[in-house]
Amino acid sequence: MSVTAALGAVLRREFALAGRRVGELGLPLVFFLLVATLFPLGLMPERELLVAIGPGVLWVAALLASLLALDALFRADVDDGSLEQLVMSPYPLPLLVLAKAGAHWMLTGLPLVVISPLVAQAYYLPADAAWALLATLLIATPTLTLLGGVAAALTAGLRRGAALLGLLVLPLALPLLVFGARATELAAAGEPIAGPLYLLGAMLALAVTLTPWAMAAALRISLD
Amino acid sequence: MWTWFHKLGSPPHFYRISGRLMPWFAVPALVLLALGTVGGLWWSPPDYQQGDAFRIIYVHVPAAYMAMMVYVTMAVAAAIGIVWRMKLAFASAAACAPIGAAFTFLALATGSIWGRPMWGVWWDWDGRMTSVLVLFFLYLGFMALRSAFEDPVKGDRAAALLAIVGVVNIPIIKFSVDWWNTLHQPATLSRLQAPAMTGDMLAPLLVMIVGYMLLFGAILMVRVRGEVLLREQGARWIRELSPGG
Repeated sequence: MSVTAALGAVLRREFALAGRRVGELGLPLVFFLLVATLFPLGLMPERELLVAIGPGVLWVAALLASLLALDALFRADVDDGSLEQLVMSPYPLPLLVLAKAGAHWMLTGLPLVVISPLVAQAYYLPADAAWALLATLLIATPTLTLLGGVAAALTAGLRRGAALLGLLVLPLALPLLVFGARATELAAAGEPIAGPLYLLGAMLALAVTLTPWAMAAALRISLD
Repeated sequence: MWTWFHKLGSPPHFYRISGRLMPWFAVPALVLLALGTVGGLWWSPPDYQQGDAFRIIYVHVPAAYMAMMVYVTMAVAAAIGIVWRMKLAFASAAACAPIGAAFTFLALATGSIWGRPMWGVWWDWDGRMTSVLVLFFLYLGFMALRSAFEDPVKGDRAAALLAIVGVVNIPIIKFSVDWWNTLHQPATLSRLQAPAMTGDMLAPLLVMIVGYMLLFGAILMVRVRGEVLLREQGARWIRELSPGG
């Protein structure tokens, strides 16, 4: 089997597994919607207030929702031993985990991105800001999945790893939040958002090139 | 050179050497810290803008400097440990974390105390402060991850990897004052420019920084010795250390 065929097999397996547990798949999305609902109810649902807090709140909600989904990235595979098979396979482990993280993002990150303009409407964000939210989430959630993948790989062997995930991921995810929310705010004020978008793109490029190796090394340690 | 390196990596040899070296760090550290404190609090003139309030710089700047230096030391030790599987490197990285966290906390606390009279606020969400806060969380994450593993060898290696990943934060801290032009003032000391303060203000600061470094060296040695004893417990050379056995 060539490397591309192996990658295809990993992707197909992830999608097949997800297809058998459709209920689990929607959980991060529902969590995102719930957190987004809590803020207007906890504060006052006034238009100006919601426009002001919208970009930040939606970004934090997306961050927490993807954090919630992260533990599932390697947990089931560690428990049933299939991750060890991946580690022992003759194919480059960084590429295999990159495929796994990619599938994970398509299944948990992409739905958040798609639904975000709708939620932005509920916060009365102008159309420009809704698109900016979509664009920043589209660029930044893969980075988040990859960074979180390193932390998930480090804690994969731990029984209570999920509790540690937040402490490990959130500090590293801060720049994403800062630039993502700032770009959305800029768009709401009618300013150009190219700068923060480029920075988020640069972070994605760095994450795609560097984190697969860190994830692979972390998995080798966890399964050792 | 390599035999020296290998010899240093052996725990009993390190234990013996470090015990002898420790006072050579601790005594100059105490002398320099005392000198720097007296120099900073009494000998240096008050600032023309900030008056006497600026004197907290003699605690704040060295602490912030050490917060980053200890992290880099920890990450280098962690990398050596991962690459060469050196036990002593893991012990050093583990010993660095609480010291670094303490320096980081000191930097954050003194910065906050300094900010209150100067800026009117205890805390401002600018790049420098936020990234140092992230550094503090990285230290906490390192310690939490290391202790979460039942197998200490695994914990060491996992935490070491985390320390290496966290290095991305160091340049962000370093350049944050140049990238975001906010409340925090630019670097006090710079290699490229003449220092922005007069000699009699600068001298105690430099003395304090060197004192902090030596203090770090001394505390690190004590802590690594402790880690070595903990990790090698039951080894024959440790039983031979205590005459009663």
